[in-house]
Amino acid sequence: MAGTLLDIRDLSVRFFTYQGVVKALEKVGLAVSKGEILGLVGETGCGKSVLARSILRLIADPPGRITGGEIFFKGEDILKTSHRRIRQIRGNEISMIFQEPMSSLNPVFRVGHQMQEVVMLHQRVDGAGARKVCIDMLQQVKMPDPEEVLSKYPHELSGGMRQRVMIAMELSCRPDLLIADEPTTALDVTVQAQVLTILDDLTRKRGVSVLFISHDLGVIAQICDRVAVMYAGRIVEIAPVGELFSEPRHPYTRGLLRAIPRVNEGRETLSVIAGTVPGLIDPPGGCRFHPRCEEVMAPCGRDVPETVKVTPDHEVACHLYDGDN
Amino acid sequence: MFENFRKEHAWQIREFLFTLRLLSRNPSAVGGFAIIAAMVLIAFTAPYIAPYDPIRISLSERLSAPSAVHLFGTDEMGRDILSRVMHGARISLWIGVLVIVIAGGLGALIGAVAGYLGRQADNIIMRIMDVILSFPPLVLAMALAAALGPNLNNAIVAVAFVMIPKFARMVRGEALAVKEKQFIAAARASGAGNMWIILHHILPNCFSSVIILATLILGETILIAASLSFIGLGAQPPSPEWGAMISVGRKFLMDQWWYPTFPGLFILVTVIGFNILGDALRDIFDPRIRR
Repeated sequence: MAGTLLDIRDLSVRFFTYQGVVKALEKVGLAVSKGEILGLVGETGCGKSVLARSILRLIADPPGRITGGEIFFKGEDILKTSHRRIRQIRGNEISMIFQEPMSSLNPVFRVGHQMQEVVMLHQRVDGAGARKVCIDMLQQVKMPDPEEVLSKYPHELSGGMRQRVMIAMELSCRPDLLIADEPTTALDVTVQAQVLTILDDLTRKRGVSVLFISHDLGVIAQICDRVAVMYAGRIVEIAPVGELFSEPRHPYTRGLLRAIPRVNEGRETLSVIAGTVPGLIDPPGGCRFHPRCEEVMAPCGRDVPETVKVTPDHEVACHLYDGDN
Repeated sequence: MFENFRKEHAWQIREFLFTLRLLSRNPSAVGGFAIIAAMVLIAFTAPYIAPYDPIRISLSERLSAPSAVHLFGTDEMGRDILSRVMHGARISLWIGVLVIVIAGGLGALIGAVAGYLGRQADNIIMRIMDVILSFPPLVLAMALAAALGPNLNNAIVAVAFVMIPKFARMVRGEALAVKEKQFIAAARASGAGNMWIILHHILPNCFSSVIILATLILGETILIAASLSFIGLGAQPPSPEWGAMISVGRKFLMDQWWYPTFPGLFILVTVIGFNILGDALRDIFDPRIRR
């Protein structure tokens, strides 16, 4: 690991709605090293996408607001820089791929037009030069017949093709960090595998760091170096991918892993975590997972657990490990 | 070359032919289109097909009734009314197109800015638009044209001004829907600024509805412009503008009925033509009732 690229410290984001204040992120800390692929897993609504959008300051304000914390990117606090600077960072240094490839492209323009636009916005090339960059990038994402694709409208491409166009488009700007917000969720499994392989290959080859958001542990296992597990707006566990799967520490992580059906076990019912995800307007006090936790203890409902290192690379926020026991 | 174009645009060509077929099956659309096509043809060819010079004065023939020589009769200066009405089509259609281009362009931009920026900007812009809309369009256009001074260009500016809110309001609504789409978020994530997004992403997605609204409004525009000329705030005599001709001709209605009647008929037919074409287009392009 050649140093830290992105360092998020104590980030809190709230949404002020008519129903109340949604505490979407609560003191989230996370670091991405250069060239690393960091996975971020969690259930729907736990704040993964909010975290991703906060990094680019794309939270709609109102209703959302970043209420605390710092995001250091290459040593610069993103939350304090000017609008001008953040626009330079967007696309040039940090790019983002969204969940639904179906709606990430403008339906009224040809793919080529849109790709060239982005390339020309970020690099000093003319139209013909931009076209060359586009064709080159499309070839790198294994797109058959890139010339043809450039002259098509988004609705003429399949979901997988569109997502590959998005990957090509975002990587053409040579960012240092790519935020992939569930890039394969809307795709079927075979296409998903192709897109993952392309993403993995290209980012490793170019030394691009990736923050890979997903709710699919299988996908995470396939592509990531380290994994952060999120629950109800907090990071509960961060570990290298192998360690997380072999030795999960947090009861929530264990529950998640147990909930994956195994092909070789002939079980009829799936193992589930009891209860439902808490609403973030009025989340449980102390550890937010304690009402559903199998190993709940006295301090869980009272104190917010500190993040502790169980091994040098393995952090977990749970009272089971904070030394009192 | 042509083969390539056909292959590349196969989908659009199919869609275009489908739209044409829908149009041709819709009798009112065909009727409206025929009227407008005839008017446009007259406007373009007036200098060649009009039997006389529209401002040629021939006092010996003044106020003569429709006959084989002067199909629509002549006015008090002996000018041929048919020729004048034909040249009038040039003026009226030109006014209509110019007003729609100005009002449509500015209105769409204002609406897109309001809808995309939202919040205070939206509130302020749309309240101003509401104020303009609260006046009857003709009255406001009259006041403006009178304030600017009575000539054709000022009349165009005045009519365009009162038409801006119609476009602004519609485009704002569309912009509100478009701005939630993911490609807007994606554009922002790749560093696009507000103005870039409005011009490159919001406006192009509103284009088709602007076209339809423009067709619907064209009739009204021509009517208001003619009304302004009628009360002397638009085109000035001897310009063969229809409204101006009726204005002068109304004194002769009792004895020389043909003088104000033919320009009036042309206004009527043109406005009806645009209205039914606009209605038909709106129906055809509405995906819910498109079949």
